[in-house]
Amino acid sequence: MNQPTNEVQSIRRIIAASSVGTLIEWYDFYIFGSLAPVIASQFFPKTNPTAALLSTLATFAAGFIVRPFGALVFGRLGDLIGRKYTFLLTLIIMGSATFAIGLVPGYGTIGFAAPVIILILRLLQGLALGGEYGGAATYVAEHAPPKRRGFFTSWIQTTATLGLFLSLGIILITRHILDEDRIKSIAKFNDWGWRIPFLVSIFLVAISVYIRLRMRESPLYAKLKTEGRTSVNPLKESFTHRGNLKMVLLALFGATMGQGVVWYTGQFYAQSFIETVCKVDFDQSRTILLWAILFSTPFFVVFGNWSDKAGRKWIMMAGMLLAILTYRPLFGKLFMIADEKNKTELPDKKEINTTIKPIASTESSLRIVTTKRLFEDGMMLTETKTDTAYAAAERTTLKPDIKLSKQLGQTDYWMMVGIIFIMIIYVTMVYGPIAAFLVELFPTKIRYTSMSLPYHIGNGIFGGLTPFIALLLTTIYTGDKLVGLYYPIIVAAVCLLIGVLYLKGKIDPDVND
Amino acid sequence: MNTLKRFAGVLWMISGPLAIYYLITTGMSEINKKPVIDTKIQWGVFIIVFIPIAVGIMIFGYYAIKGEYDHLPESSQEIKD
Repeated sequence: MNQPTNEVQSIRRIIAASSVGTLIEWYDFYIFGSLAPVIASQFFPKTNPTAALLSTLATFAAGFIVRPFGALVFGRLGDLIGRKYTFLLTLIIMGSATFAIGLVPGYGTIGFAAPVIILILRLLQGLALGGEYGGAATYVAEHAPPKRRGFFTSWIQTTATLGLFLSLGIILITRHILDEDRIKSIAKFNDWGWRIPFLVSIFLVAISVYIRLRMRESPLYAKLKTEGRTSVNPLKESFTHRGNLKMVLLALFGATMGQGVVWYTGQFYAQSFIETVCKVDFDQSRTILLWAILFSTPFFVVFGNWSDKAGRKWIMMAGMLLAILTYRPLFGKLFMIADEKNKTELPDKKEINTTIKPIASTESSLRIVTTKRLFEDGMMLTETKTDTAYAAAERTTLKPDIKLSKQLGQTDYWMMVGIIFIMIIYVTMVYGPIAAFLVELFPTKIRYTSMSLPYHIGNGIFGGLTPFIALLLTTIYTGDKLVGLYYPIIVAAVCLLIGVLYLKGKIDPDVND
Repeated sequence: MNTLKRFAGVLWMISGPLAIYYLITTGMSEINKKPVIDTKIQWGVFIIVFIPIAVGIMIFGYYAIKGEYDHLPESSQEIKD
């Protein structure tokens, strides 16, 4: 009786120790992305073209290109020296880089060194993240009993979404607690308060390092090491041996590529869409995502657990198919919900305020006209139009700056939560079972290297570029606001076809090989 | 099923060069339309990153045509060069 109880306690400790560290790494990675506009204003002034160039590089290179390199570097280490020390190292690198970002003086203080340091730290974050996930998933899977591998590894799968949840939550809280006056609080946050979420990370990392130091090496890897059967050159074995390379390619094109676009569309592009296309205000667009994440996260475990009975393949394929079939109607509905053309305005509630601010050393002024319109369903639309009021009456601003922000009514707000929830359910279907699926595809001695690369190409490149490519498509084909969805739909469709044709549905009972 | 897997391999092999052609022509046309540093970096990144992936899908197609995926290994002992 005691032995199974001890085993359960032991595996729970392993899952908790691995998951907390992975969650913190995702948190560290996401706060940079979530605070990109603030960081850009502090470190990458648009007036300096080289700094602006570094900004673009920081956004692209670190988040997307560097992750697969991290997978190669740390995957190789994990197969050579062991899982435990490798993912301890990635955690320390990530935590130190994040903490350091919170300490770097701005461009105004140290000049050009500031964006260079930030770019280097962001690259380190990307490298560390590339090494972390494969280690954590492999470590848990190699401890899990064969019939519960999907269930146990699904806890690792919740961490990416929970890391996003934690980063959004801490950012929103910090943004509102720095002053009793909301506007002053946001101003303080943009000035110096943005550093807090980065600095907080050091405490989280310290706790996680302490927990991970007490962990033991994966039993399967320890056994290989004792028997002297570890790989001498994991990179060579993974990618130059035909037998293994074909499995790496199958994992990428038949699973992780589609999983990556479904994940990034459901969480990141959806949030960006409701904020930039539907014009829902900053706080609401984030709290909508927070609620949807909160309700849907348990489904990672539900589908991970189910995959132990039904197999990994068909759950992942069903998630992709649902995404392909419903993305356009779901995003169309999001757009329709926030569209004021479908609502009845209350004209007597309309408010117009004009503020004139003199522009120093000229006779002209800055004119800010704020128009607030209220609708029957409770939505408030705020239009802020900024232009220059010239001293010469005949001269007008050619293109005034117009910003729209919508505060949704309760019903619309919860409808959006519901739609994003559905999209994150697709994420849980494709992502919940994938760690177990990847672990089962590769042998122990090159598992860390072999599974990390397709995972980070699928998620970092195919998935991570989704918001950028979708936005780019809307600028090339301007007639359709939903044209950006063709990228995830086509990638997921190709992946679905390859997955259905070539993947096997059977669960590998023995990963001890 | 195995015949279908092999025939589909041709599709994957062709899709590689098609993707490279689409990437390069669209990238060049977008850079010519808006020749600023942001556009150049964006398309430069897309082309550099996606070309190796396009080569990867060609290799995948080649393996499929050769029948490498007719039977997937049941254990690591079956993974051979």
